[in-house]
Amino acid sequence: MWEYTDKLKDHFFNPRNVGEIEDPDGVGEVGSLACGDALKLTFKLDANGRITDAKFKTFGCASAIATSSVLTEMIKGLTLDEATKVTNKDIAEYLGGLPEQKMHCSVMGREALEAAIENYKSGGKKKHELEGNVICTCFGVTDKEIERVIRENNLTMVEEVTNYCKAGGGCGGCQGEIEKIIEKIQGDIITESPVSTPLRAGKLTNIQKIQLIQQTINEQIRPALRAHGGNIELIDVEGNKVVVAFRGMCAQCRLADFTMKDVVEAKLREFVSEQLFVEEDKESAQQPHNHRE
Amino acid sequence: MRTIYFDNNATTKVAEQVFEEMEPLFCELYGNPSSMHTFGGQMGRRIRQAREQVAGLLGCEPSEIIFTSGGTESDNAAIKGTLAALPHKRKIITTRVEHPAVLTVCRELENHGYTVVELPVGKQGRLDLAELEEQIDDDTALVTIMYANNETGVVFPIEKIADLVADRGVIFHTDAVQAIGKIPLDLSKSNIDLLSLSGHKLHAPKGVGVLYVRKGTRISPFMFGGHQEAGRRAGTENVPGIVGLGKACELAAKNIEQENNKVKKLRDKLEKAILENCPDSRLNGDKENRLPNTTNISFEYIEGEAILLMLDKYGICASSGSACTSGSLEPSHVLRAMGIPFTAAHGSIRFSLSRYNTEEEVDYTIEKMPGIVNQLRELSPFVAT
Repeated sequence: MWEYTDKLKDHFFNPRNVGEIEDPDGVGEVGSLACGDALKLTFKLDANGRITDAKFKTFGCASAIATSSVLTEMIKGLTLDEATKVTNKDIAEYLGGLPEQKMHCSVMGREALEAAIENYKSGGKKKHELEGNVICTCFGVTDKEIERVIRENNLTMVEEVTNYCKAGGGCGGCQGEIEKIIEKIQGDIITESPVSTPLRAGKLTNIQKIQLIQQTINEQIRPALRAHGGNIELIDVEGNKVVVAFRGMCAQCRLADFTMKDVVEAKLREFVSEQLFVEEDKESAQQPHNHRE
Repeated sequence: MRTIYFDNNATTKVAEQVFEEMEPLFCELYGNPSSMHTFGGQMGRRIRQAREQVAGLLGCEPSEIIFTSGGTESDNAAIKGTLAALPHKRKIITTRVEHPAVLTVCRELENHGYTVVELPVGKQGRLDLAELEEQIDDDTALVTIMYANNETGVVFPIEKIADLVADRGVIFHTDAVQAIGKIPLDLSKSNIDLLSLSGHKLHAPKGVGVLYVRKGTRISPFMFGGHQEAGRRAGTENVPGIVGLGKACELAAKNIEQENNKVKKLRDKLEKAILENCPDSRLNGDKENRLPNTTNISFEYIEGEAILLMLDKYGICASSGSACTSGSLEPSHVLRAMGIPFTAAHGSIRFSLSRYNTEEEVDYTIEKMPGIVNQLRELSPFVAT
């Protein structure tokens, strides 16, 4: 069970400012049903440009509802410039803290506020758009958003990034990329790599090489394939030739050749050796259990 | 505030009669059954009795029972022990809806070069047995398929599956943690080779379980150390737990009909009323082949954790397949495997009853549920107001 503060429980059981403002000055909509949480924030400004009223509607867990409720309380009376400075940390602190795995709820609150302000500034035309390149395809999180939560909350581990913006929490296929973003931003302060990324080795014995290939397949390649109902198996290693077989959905996928070169071979070259090349084991591809669904 | 406990697939109350049997075994009769003195040695008799009580419920020989620390250990021991005994075979067949104690073990074995086939299920959570048959080949070491699903209560046709697997000469294991004590089972007439059960799901304490190993089935030991359990499971016996589990099995054997009737009646009443009184709610799972105590209902446009907290305020304990309750970000793998849309999976609630529940508790929950659903829907941006 989550340890929620009394303040959070109060805002969950007695949410403030529920609803939608008619004819609002700004509307911010983030999240989706599929992602498990969504928030629609509306606000109204007075003649001096201060937020006089704010309302929310939220689909989500207790902490998503409570963070939305406090957000509306926090921003009432603020100018838009002041509101822009509200961070996810402020929202979490206002509630007396959030469980680590629920920090993404506070980030969703901040995103909705930004989206609503953006919407107001564009004269009510602009809808919230994703900025940057999507890194986490499961939850649609971009590199810009990941960079931002890392900077604002001083994160150093992939797991923390997942807690704050969900990225990496689905199939896990993008965890390697998240790690690179953390390294880029935090550079020196990281002492240990959190996800056990196999280190590119110098001279390997045959056994070490095969183990490293298996480890790379297990940690870097399989999670992404699994997310799409597929799988991969290491069949053999002969010198620099790596023979693998696709399973499940991958076995019939028309993009299999692309996946082979662009994902499997690329990852193996990155983590094991530049000299490696992959081939598909045709014989096992014809086994009946690879042709289902 | 009183507690209304509808989370019996998570764990159950220790039956008072079970506790009474266990109580003297902590401060008075605390001996080690392996000791040579009477004080310890007499505990061996208590364990023997428990073994007979378990065998009585399962319809097997006492010698086929190995006591373990619980369902997870039994599953690990069955899967890894079978593979270790069959080093030349590299394939395991299981399903996508297994408990993590099976699924995670299989996926880990995949990392060690095993081929794992996870059979899909249909919309109602049913397996396609023809597909299972097609998958079994000469390389298959083990088929492991759960008896009943912990989230939906869907019961697989395990006896049919066991026959089919036995015909092909492959070892069959079933995780029967949710089924034992809820539906009758007779291993003397069955082709099941290995079966896991857990004490705390049938009114025995936590920390004790059983692995049934059919006579003649080869499995390598999983725990090494002393010679306990005929060398098949090392470690000083959890005497109070084992004695408690024995008693619980004896009670289950007596109560199974009551479970089937009384519990099912209560479950059906609860389910019917909720589905009728809460718009946009749907039942998850096969209605025909189901445990008598479990119902899994999805409420559209609202999220499971929020529902659970509202129920908690009234002292009602249930659970959810929503992402937010588990700490993971994706909803239940079971509901996803059944093709339940994410939107419904996020708002799924499981009520699991036991013989200790009353009609009054069911009525109270029926009364509270529509209000909770409405209150959360008023907050939801996906519901027009």
